[in-house]
Amino acid sequence: MSTLFLQHLANGLLDGVYYLLIALGLSMIFSLGGIVNLAHGAFYAIGAYLTVTLGPHIGFGGALLVSPVMVALLGVLFERVLFQRFYRADPILSLLLTFGLALVAEQALRMIFGAPPLSYSIPPWLRGQIILGDFIYSRYRATLIVIAACCVAALWLLLNRTAFGRVVKAGVQNPDMVGALGISLSPYMMTVAGIGIGLAGLAGVLLAPIYSIHPAMGQEIITPAFVVVVIGGLGSFWGVVAAALLVGLVKGATIGLGYPQWSTAVIYLMMLLVLLFRPRGLFGERIQRFE
Amino acid sequence: MSDTTASSCSAVSRRALLGGAAAAALIARPAMLTAQTADVIRFGHLTPRTGFLGPLGEFAVMAADLAVEEINAAGGVMGRRLEILKEDSVNPQTASTKAERMVERDKVSAIIGEISSAACLTIAQVAQRTKTLYINTGGNSDALRGPNCNKYMFHVESQNSMYVKSCGRSLMQQGLVRGKKWFSLTADYAFGHDLLKVAKRFMEGNGGQFVADKLVPTDLTDFSAMLLEIRNARPDLVVCNLAGNQITNFLKQYTEFGLQFQVAGFGFDTALAWAAGKDNFSGTWPVVWHHLIDTPNTKKFVQAFTAKYRKPPENQAWGDYLAVKIFADTMNELKTTDSAKMIEHWEKGAKFDVMKTREGYFRASDHQMMHEMYTVQGLGAASKNQWDIFSSSPAVPGPGESLEVIAATAEENECKFAA
Repeated sequence: MSTLFLQHLANGLLDGVYYLLIALGLSMIFSLGGIVNLAHGAFYAIGAYLTVTLGPHIGFGGALLVSPVMVALLGVLFERVLFQRFYRADPILSLLLTFGLALVAEQALRMIFGAPPLSYSIPPWLRGQIILGDFIYSRYRATLIVIAACCVAALWLLLNRTAFGRVVKAGVQNPDMVGALGISLSPYMMTVAGIGIGLAGLAGVLLAPIYSIHPAMGQEIITPAFVVVVIGGLGSFWGVVAAALLVGLVKGATIGLGYPQWSTAVIYLMMLLVLLFRPRGLFGERIQRFE
Repeated sequence: MSDTTASSCSAVSRRALLGGAAAAALIARPAMLTAQTADVIRFGHLTPRTGFLGPLGEFAVMAADLAVEEINAAGGVMGRRLEILKEDSVNPQTASTKAERMVERDKVSAIIGEISSAACLTIAQVAQRTKTLYINTGGNSDALRGPNCNKYMFHVESQNSMYVKSCGRSLMQQGLVRGKKWFSLTADYAFGHDLLKVAKRFMEGNGGQFVADKLVPTDLTDFSAMLLEIRNARPDLVVCNLAGNQITNFLKQYTEFGLQFQVAGFGFDTALAWAAGKDNFSGTWPVVWHHLIDTPNTKKFVQAFTAKYRKPPENQAWGDYLAVKIFADTMNELKTTDSAKMIEHWEKGAKFDVMKTREGYFRASDHQMMHEMYTVQGLGAASKNQWDIFSSSPAVPGPGESLEVIAATAEENECKFAA
């Protein structure tokens, strides 16, 4: 395998991580609350805009910690005021709600920050390249992958090794039974929404230095993120992780093999195949209330 | 309705009534405006306000507003107040519908605007059908000045050929053309293809060659794969003919991967340089105008714009500001809004102050504004602030040359106006 091909795979991996941070939150909020959050991309954009606003005052490191928390709190606010009214309602209602929210958020960003894209650069301490022989990779991207991996690991521990995680998993499978056992799912849903939306905010912070920051940036990510959720299967943590990385790697390999024009189409082709042969997704669990 | 029910719910119904009245007034407003045509002159302004061209459209709208304000402060057009109707053109079909409505219902005397060449084309068709003049302020396609040219459409925006030839001169001076290898990235849509065609003609005519020639989907945001290929190909020049935000993304990631090859592009807007920021903006790029041009009128415009909007004008702002002024000045001078008379006046070579060192004029053969262009180069760490991040070449063509040397020749791009 040539070095160039390996490099394309490494790039694909980054794409995968980018999809993953968005798709994990989408999948969690859908699995637990039954809400398809079309506004998820807007929180990604808000995370990026917060970084541009806060960065000059508290530095990129500060923004990396503060922005996702602020976005998560905003997510909690939306969950309390809006989302929670729709958990048991017809999914079409929450779809309309979040679609509207996405439009409002985009226009609000346009009104506050203006339509022209804003500039933000990689902080000096993260600039540079990693060079191993022929292999070259950006140090910033490598850092980004490490941060994302830590988040995914932490989330996995939270969902699989804590009492909190057990309630959430039970809530995904059978909310009525959880209720019958005397546990209110409401604070759990709030926390899950906060974490999921916070992750989207984190993606916004991490990608602000390498992508352009403009009001419609949320729209760019939301479709591939949904595709990842569909391929991975609902309710499956590892399904989403595997799907995101798989999509990234397949995309990278397609480019590496010399077919860059197919790199977007191949994602949808994968979704098509999964929907045909494994409609529940690669690792999708059978969730009673969605059957 | 009986008296009792009316009084018992008067608190509610009054509010509803007021709301209804307000709504009715809003709906009725356009009709009321049309009824007062006698003391106002109306221009229509159409440009993309949303989508990937939206950021540039915002500058266009701000500039058009500023121009109208200044014209009215100076006495309006033929003693009448100038009003501008501004709409988001959205896409070519909507642009054409809106243009038609502006002409038929709102009785505009002129149409201004656009950035997308496809929408320019549909607006121009309405202009021709209704015999209303249209000035294109942002569509670059050579075809609009060639096979699709139109008696009722004029262009203050430069055509792709002018961008390529101006930037090409800079590249020749830097020794980046003859015998050199170009790695070209082109946005895969009409604008990109048009630019690629002209760029290729220039490169081949001057002894350069492509080491690679890649079409890039317009929704691509991550260029790392391309950057790796560029690194392996070791070109002398990377030619970046991408669309809007893609240029910003490309430049940011180019710095990120630490590539050192020279970069240039043939289509550019200063907003993209500002978005990339001084750390990332590099290379040689052509612009139709920029805010650092050292002429009294540019300084005046930049000062007025910055005072009003707290940021300097982008090159798109120049185009729309200028077009509004050209219409107003011509109508004041000729004392008419008659399209045929204005076309005749402009085709005879009327000169305009275009805020550069020399005056500009519309070339009669294709209605393209003949004026100077510039190339800018990133200053990097030497930048004084977030806006002044590039240095500029002197005006192209130089003082002794004809303004037409950078434009497409009749052989390259033939225009035949329909009778």
